[in-house]
Amino acid sequence: MSVAPENYIALSAVLFFIGVVGVISRRNPLIMLMAVELLFNSANLALVAYARAWANNAGHIFAFLVITVAAAEAAIALAIVAVTFRRTPFVDVDEVSALKG
Amino acid sequence: MIAFWILALLMIASAVFTVTAKKPVYSVVGLLANFVCLAALYLELQAEFLAVIQIVVYSGAILILFVFVIALLSSGVRPFDVGPNRAPHILYPAIVIAVLALAGMTVSALRTPVAVVQLPVGQTGDANAFGSVGNFGTALFTTNLLPFEVTAFILMVAVIGVVLIAGDEDPTTGVVRRRKRPGAREPIVKSEPTIR
Repeated sequence: MSVAPENYIALSAVLFFIGVVGVISRRNPLIMLMAVELLFNSANLALVAYARAWANNAGHIFAFLVITVAAAEAAIALAIVAVTFRRTPFVDVDEVSALKG
Repeated sequence: MIAFWILALLMIASAVFTVTAKKPVYSVVGLLANFVCLAALYLELQAEFLAVIQIVVYSGAILILFVFVIALLSSGVRPFDVGPNRAPHILYPAIVIAVLALAGMTVSALRTPVAVVQLPVGQTGDANAFGSVGNFGTALFTTNLLPFEVTAFILMVAVIGVVLIAGDEDPTTGVVRRRKRPGAREPIVKSEPTIR
């Protein structure tokens, strides 16, 4: 590998940071979900970089598991968004407070 | 070497665009660019199968799902747009703390060298080279069979859950749940042309 693995890990950290900022600061549920996808992808990048550095493909298996979980999460979360939006049209996750105690 | 830095810059730029875009559709485009660059990075890390999966599953399936939901939701009353930031008064201290934490993380990641195991030279493209489909499949179906079955179970649970949550009918009672959205546009009915 021509690039040292530390660089991949640093890139993964930067992407994770951008994703966290997106989840925290945006109010649109769809963009929050996309920021969550960014988080999954930065974790995957770190897994694959370490898998290559140690020539051990357990990291690939784990990244595969993460991709599957991300697909399931996106499907269920988007279904929840669609159902909630059908009930009351909202653009702000703070408006949805039906489960508030 | 230079490919890594170009891809890294593209990934950071597209991630920032995804998070800051005004409309969700723009975010989807930024995310698409991010995923394609990530697939290229996977290729550089010799994870061929994961690169293909990244394109097929992420760019192909998940993003299309996002686009469908955006199209579904924004066909209604008001544009599915973004409000102001959630907590403006804590924004600047939060940015300072976050940038410091990020700098610490990045510097410590760069300062910690990882010992790289060298792969045999000239093995790339071989059927059983590291990260190839054969290598990945062998590992998936022999040593890691249980995680593979768990993924199948997760997908099945997700499919059942989506149908339960978003289906038109309540599956336990058979009652149709769909009701008119308040404020939704009336369907346009074409009136008969009047003959004068």
